[in-house]
Amino acid sequence: MNSNLYALIGLGVATSFIMALKGLSAPKTARRGNLIGAFGATVATVVVFFDPAIENGHNTLLIIGAIAFGVVVGVPAARKIQMTQMPQLVALFNGVGGGAAALVAIVEYLNLGDSASFGEVLATVFTVLVGSVSFSGSIITFLKLQELMTTRPVVFPGGRFVIAATLVGALGTSGWVIASGGTTPLLVLAALSLLFGVLFVLPVGGADVPIVISLLNAFTGLTVAASGYVLQSTLLIVAGTLVGASGTILTRKMAEAMGRSLFGTLFGAFTAKPQAASEAGEARTVKSGSADDVAILLNYAQRVVIVPGFGLAVAQAQHTVRELADLLAAKGVEVAYGIHPVAGRMPGHMNVLLAEANVPYEQLVEMEEINPTFPQTDVVLVVGANDVVNPAAKTTPGCPIYGMPILDVASAGNVIFLKRSMRPGFAGIENELLYDTKTTLLFGDAKDSLTKVVSALKNL
Amino acid sequence: MTSMAILTIFILSIFIGFEVVSKVSTTLHTPLMSGANAIHGIILIGAILVASEATTGLETTLAILAVVLATINMVGGFVVTDRMLEMFKGKGGKK
Repeated sequence: MNSNLYALIGLGVATSFIMALKGLSAPKTARRGNLIGAFGATVATVVVFFDPAIENGHNTLLIIGAIAFGVVVGVPAARKIQMTQMPQLVALFNGVGGGAAALVAIVEYLNLGDSASFGEVLATVFTVLVGSVSFSGSIITFLKLQELMTTRPVVFPGGRFVIAATLVGALGTSGWVIASGGTTPLLVLAALSLLFGVLFVLPVGGADVPIVISLLNAFTGLTVAASGYVLQSTLLIVAGTLVGASGTILTRKMAEAMGRSLFGTLFGAFTAKPQAASEAGEARTVKSGSADDVAILLNYAQRVVIVPGFGLAVAQAQHTVRELADLLAAKGVEVAYGIHPVAGRMPGHMNVLLAEANVPYEQLVEMEEINPTFPQTDVVLVVGANDVVNPAAKTTPGCPIYGMPILDVASAGNVIFLKRSMRPGFAGIENELLYDTKTTLLFGDAKDSLTKVVSALKNL
Repeated sequence: MTSMAILTIFILSIFIGFEVVSKVSTTLHTPLMSGANAIHGIILIGAILVASEATTGLETTLAILAVVLATINMVGGFVVTDRMLEMFKGKGGKK
């Protein structure tokens, strides 16, 4: 293919990515934006086989086979995944992308051999280091979100020294690669970086995991840009940099929405202390009620605010909760949903879920707007949420969620928790509100409980 | 390509990246992250380039593995983003 035509197509694809990101920033254009990006990526993948820079290219059939295999793995995973598990799937996709970037850098390094320039070696080192961190770090976030391992911060004695030593080792090895070249130091670097990725994410508490995913996403973008430098591909440079830059902004916005400093989240690894076990919760009494009790409370309320959380997503109860809300509205009760920006496992998780159940957009009220209305609210129905309503975020300095803005449900007349058990939330902190006298608990799966409340309400 | 040209492209891309997402609403954080995630799957074309020029068995193996991983990242990323956004469609139409 003519090299100017090839470059022109690359420019078109880069533009499509800019339009994709722009589109994804507004609800109306989001879906179209994503499709534009997908189209651009497809064009790029087809056209790259005609790259004029490829001399005596081979392995074509093998490559097409590998792409087909990747599609067979990736598409069903993306299609079949439940809404609740989407965050960890995104983490996993990000991880394999980082891994791919590291592998590309390693292969190109082997291929270039001694002819690699200083800049190329530097970019290779960067890609291998950051790509490997992104890969192993994302795997750990996946395990945390999938609850295949503990969601609480994993901190071990002397951990921060081990982490610091690993980082110093990785940076030292980077210098070794640059100074002496050769394959062995590069592989040592990859191994140390993988280890650092694991150690870096282990001490991050459950609630901060989305921020880390977003950060690793930005990292992977930068590795793609660095690969683009080595491979002389403008498209990779532009696309990777776009993701790196927008990912950084997004990470900062997410951290702001959670009231966290980005610094604190990231360097929690170096400052985290093993947490003292919270005072024995089992001995204390809670008021648990039946579905009928809950129905009566709701029936005679003027205003009800529903606070959804991850438990709603797990139970797939979004349709049932809407049924309940409609029923209450029909009885003349004012109903709103209080949406915490990070309820669930990711920012916007609840909006997506409730939109699926066709909950009217006007009923979804963001935290800043709903908080002043709680004193005029008779009943707050907390469906499978915990950390986002935990007053410890205000009252207990030093606890992992301290400083996070919360939904101020304690100022409402009554609070009903639909919970699976007394187990603490994702962040692993006891919730004092559960023991409050105005709190009623209804134990069970959120969907079952809601169904019971709906039928009790119909009989009133 | 000269280093200066590359640096220019790099710096300008940073500003575009900052600019395009500066007004995103909280609701769209997750889909936007997922979409950006899919876009960096474009490393696939890097993987294809190195795979088609790989000479030794080791290079070929690693490069083909990279192609598989990058494809999963890119294709899976776009599909999962589309599924998330599917849920928003009713709302977009009404508003």
